[in-house]
Amino acid sequence: MTDHSLTSELGGLSYDPAPESASIARLQPSYGLFLDGEFTAPESHEQFASLNPATEETLATVALASSADVDTAVACARRAYTKVWSKTTGAERAKYLFRIARLIQERSRELAVVETLDNGKPIRESRDVDIPLAAAHFFYYAGWADKLEHAGFGASPRPIGVAGQIIPWNFPLLMAAWKLAPALAAGNTCVLKPAETTPLSALILAEIFQQAGLPDGVVNIVTGDGTTGAALVDHPGVDKIAFTGSTEVGRLIQERVAATPKRLTLELGGKGANIVFEDAPIDEVIEGIIDGIFFNQGHVCCAGSRLLVQESVADEVLRRLLRRVDQLRVGDPMDKNTDVGAINSAAQLERIRELTTWGEEEGATRYTSACELPDRGYWFAPTVFADVAQSHRIARDEIFGPVLSVLTFRTPEEAVAKANNSKYGLACGVWSEKGSRTLWVAQRLRAGVIWANTYNKFDPTSPFGGVRESGFGREGGRHGLEAYLDV
Amino acid sequence: MSERLDVKKTYKLVVNGAFPRSESGRSYQVVAADGKFLANVAQASRKDLREAVVAARAAQIKWWNATAYNRGQVLYRWAEMAESRREELVEHVQLAEGLKKKDAQLSVARAIDRIVWYSGWTDKVTQVLGGANPVAGPFFNFSLPVPSGVIGVVAPQQSSLEGFVEAVAAPICVGNAVVALASELRPTPAIVLAEMTATSDFPGGVLNVLTGFTGELVAPLATHEDIDGVDLTGSGELSDELARLAAGSIKRVYRARANDDENSLRQLRTFVETSTVWHTIGQ
Repeated sequence: MTDHSLTSELGGLSYDPAPESASIARLQPSYGLFLDGEFTAPESHEQFASLNPATEETLATVALASSADVDTAVACARRAYTKVWSKTTGAERAKYLFRIARLIQERSRELAVVETLDNGKPIRESRDVDIPLAAAHFFYYAGWADKLEHAGFGASPRPIGVAGQIIPWNFPLLMAAWKLAPALAAGNTCVLKPAETTPLSALILAEIFQQAGLPDGVVNIVTGDGTTGAALVDHPGVDKIAFTGSTEVGRLIQERVAATPKRLTLELGGKGANIVFEDAPIDEVIEGIIDGIFFNQGHVCCAGSRLLVQESVADEVLRRLLRRVDQLRVGDPMDKNTDVGAINSAAQLERIRELTTWGEEEGATRYTSACELPDRGYWFAPTVFADVAQSHRIARDEIFGPVLSVLTFRTPEEAVAKANNSKYGLACGVWSEKGSRTLWVAQRLRAGVIWANTYNKFDPTSPFGGVRESGFGREGGRHGLEAYLDV
Repeated sequence: MSERLDVKKTYKLVVNGAFPRSESGRSYQVVAADGKFLANVAQASRKDLREAVVAARAAQIKWWNATAYNRGQVLYRWAEMAESRREELVEHVQLAEGLKKKDAQLSVARAIDRIVWYSGWTDKVTQVLGGANPVAGPFFNFSLPVPSGVIGVVAPQQSSLEGFVEAVAAPICVGNAVVALASELRPTPAIVLAEMTATSDFPGGVLNVLTGFTGELVAPLATHEDIDGVDLTGSGELSDELARLAAGSIKRVYRARANDDENSLRQLRTFVETSTVWHTIGQ
């Protein structure tokens, strides 16, 4: 088979567009930094544009925080920690967080639209996953703020101090919630650095903090690029760094804080194995594989980007998978029918193209959906590589795009060995009707999260994070508090 | 009639349950606290280190596949072995650290009691650090602490036995295998205690102990890509640079702090990973 050779057996069906309204976003033309509870004047900083990746149009410009701005932000956070937040009781901190959770719920449609415009993800996902989960995280950690002595870290666990938090572009608001909610519940103050290409929903969140009456300086938001993040990492006034992003950058950050007293948690890359045994229910498996790799355009650190199928069912799984891939609706993220939206940036699109070229050059068989792609914006058609060997780059490197590599195995031992043959260890999937085998496999997988007969599920009560070069520390659940307590 | 001549002991490495000399053939002279000759101790090479890591990786799987109950019994047996050879350990600690006999006895007693403490943790950690998570959906979701894998330990330089036990017992107790560098100048108590693992039902390779020059071995330890975490407590002024090197493969890094509470689980927590399983619930 060659490119675009897929044929859809349901090709006759089509959907009328059902677009969400961009005007709901109510974006301002430009934004300053959020320092000490106020937005600074946009014109007082160098500005850069945040693009809509589906149209390449500028949505708004935001401030590029300099190291002096980071200084100010850290000073605000320190003052708020010393004078206000460390003297605020857990019960009062809890009520602020509950308020924030409610305000996110109230403004959820607006936030979903902003997220989809800025990130390129389908509105269906931002509406049904990102925003509700962000609210749920604040709601969950709110309840912990006055119960920390019950969290299993000793009788009177103390906060760390000022946390510097650097988040990625793939789930902008959700990652902000994952970082801020446990940090604030534990009694820390924060300087949050959103991703360069997706700063907008964090700035709406700043408005929510104002509406919630959160004391000034408890959360400060510095938009910017890598230099802003580096200034935060290196700042001597920061007690804790929490980073979510690539393993390459995580490694640099770990090096840079190694000789300091700063605490560190890292949530890094992955190359998740989705393991399908021959007895698994095949309809659910196909949907699980699709969710595993095409959710959020594959811009997911825990994506099930390596499909490991038992040899006896490999042909059937691949055949049905390709048929399903061809039915994915790719295009306008604001259309409520869209399954796969825009790639977040030109740089990411380039990386996906480079790695898929490697896939072909190294001899894997490429299938790409015949879907039509819009003329403007950054797009990559859902792609599946079969005949992939473990040594191929597409089986080893994180692509962070809608690209699946298919490998096969014969025995459970071989499945485990192949799944673990990675420097990463973030997440894996196991599909089987046999519970004992699923648990046997789960026990042997070196991964922080294992989904059995499901994939890409997230919940504020459930710890998330990696082993090996996927990082250390957990976000979510009781375990997520440890990252922000001096224990 | 002449006095009986002592039978002196050769101090070797402990690797993969065996007691090899360094593959390099090198040794170095160790003196007692009073400056008198004590022994020629094996001076491990980088290759010895690499071989110890291979042994540890294989042993870790066996160790983790044993039941928690069994791991507890094996650790407890290690304490039993140490208890029955207390006098020998006291003598070594006395010579190495220059302590009065009474203080050496106390130190050995504390070290053994710590092994007992950890032997009781093997089947508690899962419950204390794990749990079920009430996710919003039809899933049974639980989190378990699982070992990081192979842990490299730079044991404290001063406290030859107690410090060594503190550094190795915690990672072993939660199912890791360890490659430890004993105190450079005071290595013999650690070697003697590690030899006792051979009569305690440990799978060979769970605890590997290298003696040699700390400065020569710590960088290969911190950069070895098949070591998952490092305890740099005994690396002194090299500690920051080693922590930087450890970042190359995102290792977990532990350094004991001056104000650590002996009941703190920070060290245990550093060398376990929380593994969370979601399983569907349905008919």
